[in-house]
Amino acid sequence: MLSTLWSTLRPALLLTIPLTALCGLIYPLSITVLSQLLLPDLANGSLLRVDGEVRGAALVGQPFDDPGHFWSRPSATATPYDPAASSGSNLGPSNPTLHTAVAARHAALRAAHPTASAPPAELLLASGSGLDPHLSPAAARYQRDRVAAARACSPTAVDALITAHTAPRALGIFGEARVNVLQLNLALATACPAPAVGGR
Amino acid sequence: MTALDLLSVALTLGLTLALALPVAGLLTAALSDDPPPWARALRTFDQGLLRRLGIDPDEDMGWARYAGSLVVFNLLGALFVYGVQRLQGALPFNPAGLGPVDPFVAWNTAISFASNTNWQAYGGETTMSDLTQGLALTSQNFLSAASGLAVLGALGRGMRRSDGRRLGNYWADTLRLTLWVLLPLSGALALLLVAGGVVSTLAGPLAHTLLEDDAGTRTLARGAAAAQVAIKQLGTNGGGFFNVNSAHPLENPSPWTNLLQLISILLLPMAQCLSFGALLGDRRQGWALLGAMTALFLPVLALTLWAEAGLPPALAALGPDAVAIDAPMGNLEGKELRFGVAQSGLWAVATTAASNGSVNAMHDSFTALGGLGPMWLMQLGEVVFGGVGVGLSGAVLYAALAAFLAGLMVGRGPELYGKALLPRDMKLVVIALLLPSATVLMGTALSVLRPEATGALANPGPHGFSELLYAWSSAGNNNGSAFGGLTASGPFLAVGLGIAMAIGRWGVIIPTLALAGAFAQKRRQAPGPGTLDTHTPLFAGLVAATILLMGALTFLPALALGPAAEHLSTGPEVSHVR
Repeated sequence: MLSTLWSTLRPALLLTIPLTALCGLIYPLSITVLSQLLLPDLANGSLLRVDGEVRGAALVGQPFDDPGHFWSRPSATATPYDPAASSGSNLGPSNPTLHTAVAARHAALRAAHPTASAPPAELLLASGSGLDPHLSPAAARYQRDRVAAARACSPTAVDALITAHTAPRALGIFGEARVNVLQLNLALATACPAPAVGGR
Repeated sequence: MTALDLLSVALTLGLTLALALPVAGLLTAALSDDPPPWARALRTFDQGLLRRLGIDPDEDMGWARYAGSLVVFNLLGALFVYGVQRLQGALPFNPAGLGPVDPFVAWNTAISFASNTNWQAYGGETTMSDLTQGLALTSQNFLSAASGLAVLGALGRGMRRSDGRRLGNYWADTLRLTLWVLLPLSGALALLLVAGGVVSTLAGPLAHTLLEDDAGTRTLARGAAAAQVAIKQLGTNGGGFFNVNSAHPLENPSPWTNLLQLISILLLPMAQCLSFGALLGDRRQGWALLGAMTALFLPVLALTLWAEAGLPPALAALGPDAVAIDAPMGNLEGKELRFGVAQSGLWAVATTAASNGSVNAMHDSFTALGGLGPMWLMQLGEVVFGGVGVGLSGAVLYAALAAFLAGLMVGRGPELYGKALLPRDMKLVVIALLLPSATVLMGTALSVLRPEATGALANPGPHGFSELLYAWSSAGNNNGSAFGGLTASGPFLAVGLGIAMAIGRWGVIIPTLALAGAFAQKRRQAPGPGTLDTHTPLFAGLVAATILLMGALTFLPALALGPAAEHLSTGPEVSHVR
């Protein structure tokens, strides 16, 4: 009995050690080293620098509440847009908490955008990661008048910025057309500088 | 759901099938008794390696020895994962300075990754050091997947051989599958993912000021994610690097990376069907199984896409014309805008069909019917495409059951793939098929009676029940996805779900290998006029119907208490705008 066990345990041990080192150490390290050599910017998280200072990652959303900025989608992380602890709301479709939150967001959006029509679904519903950096072009245009008014900038100029920053579906087919809120707001700071609002 | 959305779904599935053809060839070359010349050269290399380690690669194992080797190898892996988690605070590659993992969570994670479930009772970026993610978790992503694929090889050999040979050598299979199938595919995918923006660094977290002045600071969690994400998808593992898995913008940044990952989820599961046919020496058998699986997959996909594309109850409750119709529409709660409803719904169905368990949207926030489909696919035993290797074994068990039922109907001794099905074989089939289902139902029933479990729910009413049912379905069938609101890190659920994962893995693999061992000893019967052909659409339909019957009868009552009750209680507002 003991010798049967050993005859199984011994090869298991002998194979586990080199395979664990190969798959758990050599493989991830070589991928990381290769990607650091070939694609360092992407591999380090597509960092966003403003005047040489790192201000986040281009792919990771941030909260904006200044009227002169485009606002991101609702975020369900404990602190909104916390990239140290990603999370969705995990609220079920029938949960009254979700219904209350959606109604409150709806009322707040309506109040902040008196000239716009109905708000888009994505501004009422929180993303899965709590870090969604994107808006649909429609959700950006929904905020256009508010942003233009706060910056004393023409709505046409803001529209043009949205169009310029719209990424199409992959191959025109996969996913959704989208605008990166971080990059749109950075471009806004250059195209429509407004002394009263941030965005350096 | 626009026509473009449907096209994206169809193209994704079509591309996967096209890529599954060469990958099936690779799998077959790795497992076949008669490999092509180039594979033979690689085998000589592996065998030399094993001999140098003092392992005999030529030992032809009986089922008990094959199964024993697999279980011991996996348990050793579990022990190692447990140890690294408990010691990570004192080990290097820990830039975030994380302490030891809670013992119950560590036990749960150890079983989870060794059993290819990759259920996560923790959030990656807040719990696991870089060393744990790599050395412990990434390595088990490979080794548990290779073990599953080895079962495919053993089963194929058992079904085909009738010359006195047995199931082959577990160590040689595992080594070969790791070195020549999983590692090359993962390496290529990992680099493609980095090119798409997936993070791959050891630089650790980064504190920074936000773009908007006075908005404060945040700390960006980073890590060597790309390498792990690649094998998590290819090996039907599914355990995410970050808490929100492939919904995280640094784990799955764009529709491109999403497409690559979606293809990878279904790639080996589809390929294993075709490879099984090739291993049997009759490719039509593989296509018949793939056809039966597709027949179950497509209706569930249609249901989920339809349910998610509708206006969710929280938006419908705002009244008519309260939501813009020219923007992306549907249930976007818990979904990322860059993927949209179509690619999120397809992912949910694919990941639960294939026993993968990674997510790119939060299943907990799916509509009641949208969440029902994924839950039910897990409950079927992960046989629709299914986990690498073991999903196919589940399908073969159902094929045996279908052949048995067909035999009873016409009064003939049942046979499968040219070999007689005897009472002992059917007992093994039924044990392997019923163990996970019994675990799921009893675990759920026990949980609703325990305040430790009901106190861990995030949602009230029928949806809370769904959270528990989903958790046990996921663990008992080695999926790993979750209705993530459930706090599964407490001792009761951590230990209980760990036991369910163990039963769902080894409680199925052991009887499957016993069946393969019994088949290896049977003589092949020449097909006669009364033989039931197992490669026909008729038989594929019979297999699908058997799966449907078992799955429906076992789980309808439980599903009625969860998603069905929730759907009926949220009223008829589910309306479609476009």
